[in-house]
Amino acid sequence: MTTFLGMPATAPRGVGNLRGDQTFPEAAHDALGNDQMRRNLRHATTTIRGKSGKVIGELPDWQRLRDAGSAIKADVMARLPFLLEQLEQNVTAAGGIVHWAADANEANAIVTRLVKETGSDRVIKVKSMATQEIGLNEALEEAGIAPVETDLAELIVQLGHDKPSHILVPAIHRNRSEIREIFLREMPGVDPALTDDPPVLAAAARRYLRETFLSTTVAVSGANFAIADTGTLAVVESEGNGRMCLTLPDTLITVMGIEKVLPTWQDLEVFLQLLPRASTGERMNPYTTMWTGVTPGDGPQNFHLILLDNGRSAVLADEAGRSALHCIRCSACLNVCPVYERTGGHAYGSVYPGPIGAILSPQLTGIEDNASLPYASSLCGACFDACPVKIDIPSILVHLRNEVPHPRGERAAMKAAARIMDRPRLYASAQRAAKLARIAGRRGRGLPPPLTGWTASRDLPEMPSQTFRDWWAAR
Amino acid sequence: MRIALFATCLADTLFPEAAKATALLLERLGHEVVFPFEQTCCGQMHVNTGYQKDALPLVKRYVKTFDPYDVIVAPSGSCVGSIRHQHAMVAAKYGDAGLASRASSVGERTYELSELLIDVLKIEDVGAFYPHKVTYHPTCHSLRMTRVGDKPLRLLRQVRGLDLVELPAAEQCCGFGGTFAIKNAETSSAMLADKMTNIVSTGADVCSAGDASCLMHIGGGLSRLRSGVRTVHLAEILAATES
Repeated sequence: MTTFLGMPATAPRGVGNLRGDQTFPEAAHDALGNDQMRRNLRHATTTIRGKSGKVIGELPDWQRLRDAGSAIKADVMARLPFLLEQLEQNVTAAGGIVHWAADANEANAIVTRLVKETGSDRVIKVKSMATQEIGLNEALEEAGIAPVETDLAELIVQLGHDKPSHILVPAIHRNRSEIREIFLREMPGVDPALTDDPPVLAAAARRYLRETFLSTTVAVSGANFAIADTGTLAVVESEGNGRMCLTLPDTLITVMGIEKVLPTWQDLEVFLQLLPRASTGERMNPYTTMWTGVTPGDGPQNFHLILLDNGRSAVLADEAGRSALHCIRCSACLNVCPVYERTGGHAYGSVYPGPIGAILSPQLTGIEDNASLPYASSLCGACFDACPVKIDIPSILVHLRNEVPHPRGERAAMKAAARIMDRPRLYASAQRAAKLARIAGRRGRGLPPPLTGWTASRDLPEMPSQTFRDWWAAR
Repeated sequence: MRIALFATCLADTLFPEAAKATALLLERLGHEVVFPFEQTCCGQMHVNTGYQKDALPLVKRYVKTFDPYDVIVAPSGSCVGSIRHQHAMVAAKYGDAGLASRASSVGERTYELSELLIDVLKIEDVGAFYPHKVTYHPTCHSLRMTRVGDKPLRLLRQVRGLDLVELPAAEQCCGFGGTFAIKNAETSSAMLADKMTNIVSTGADVCSAGDASCLMHIGGGLSRLRSGVRTVHLAEILAATES
């Protein structure tokens, strides 16, 4: 006999960064008015699109690689409990300690406790979406522990008291003169003669970070992949800061979403081809760090792996939406999205912006808490074509829109429209009535809200003298 | 060939010239065009706004109206995309398996105009004459849902007198997106602004597309700006002749 334990919980409120304070249209209103940000974003996304398109074009088997990536992820989701237990077993056998966190609160509490046990009041961090998602930095700061972001862009965001606006390039909304100003204002010991030349800015960050790497004994990371079969964790990055964090400290704490597990080492081959080309437009990832538990005398001597759910089981429970969990956080969908390019990432309110965020955030939090996100898309489909693991984002957006609690007025209007359209005679008279209404109102200005959104920037078409069906009937 | 015309609710009501041109073009090419009066709307607006259940009667109506025909044409890549990729899904979810399989079958027999001409009727030169400078917006659903590829451009290249100029960033969305243009009117306008900049930069007199909906959006913007560029449906260009 089995006992039904209820549906899996969504990510709890009051912790983490999955919910914004405003709806998408409200937040987009502000973002669209920020000319500097729009120029930065247009330049950055156009550059990445070009680079990525070029190296993807070099691979004759790109579509087959996408199919393979998609199939491996579908297999993982189908037997996630088994793979996670296998991972736990193999990490433990290799000298690591595995913790299970049902949500953001549990994960933050575990990390805080583990850091406190080391006696350190500072941790160095590898760029990680999972820890941004759960608001780990805020939780650590509250406990008197200073988290230092070591990824250059995350550091810019942290020093600027800002929020990330892109999965891969969190400071994409900043240009170099803004970065110079942030460094001058916030970076301890910075050279006051700092220029906005990119190599000079990078060197300033390097000097600051080197000291921190050498004097901090605890690191916190996320994980791009975990191999169930061997208990191996993998982090891919471009700057080498991750390599420092993952090898120099005594203690390494990794927070990983449960969907990141892969069955075997061989499966990694597919993703290490897909990820760099789709994300940074590189043929091969610059720094790929892999570790299996603890190796005496080499690297961190204490390794903790925290397996984070925080709503993922709830996503998995939805057959039509679960492939959102296939995401490998490459950002290709952000870079091709015409909505993201104009609003930027902050408008989405969640650490997961862009098309993937529009399907992932509402599922993790429960749709009521992110009800405007599934509509933050024109359903143009560019994201689906760009996704290296073929997540059908437009179809999931349509699915989620069907689950959103609709405003009463809209519901009534849509029902009425469907009723008329299911009655051809009524439909034909409605067509004629619409014509009369237009004659009565002034062209393009006579619409009631919310339809005024259209006429604010667009004229309405001239009403034709005759509908097609009337013409056809009369010919 | 006997071809059933699905005019689409938008062309039927607001852009009858596009539906007329589709019918007249096919008749000029020697085919019999049938217009079943029971047709109304494919239901895409309902499906894409989150009202799948309300769309079910419209899916049923489409299937019932067009099931008797072997070949159905619509002057819209977007409506055809919805019929082909969404009808069976809605039917399976809120109707029954029988309806879903009929919906799939009717969907397979429904073609966007350029597909019908090139894939079914095997014709690229439709004998049209259109002495204007034209740029073509390929529309998102035609490209990425219905996957018509370069078929509209192949047809346009054969049109006498037509000067086809390439649209920069052609594959980017114009910002219409159905109710997106209302629910996210400002973001939609920002996307439209870039589309219009690109259109105007070509120096074309006419912006054409295979979807009346995108053209309504682009045309509404171009008209508001008094840009002097007209929007004309692909079918109207292909139907135009010298005499």
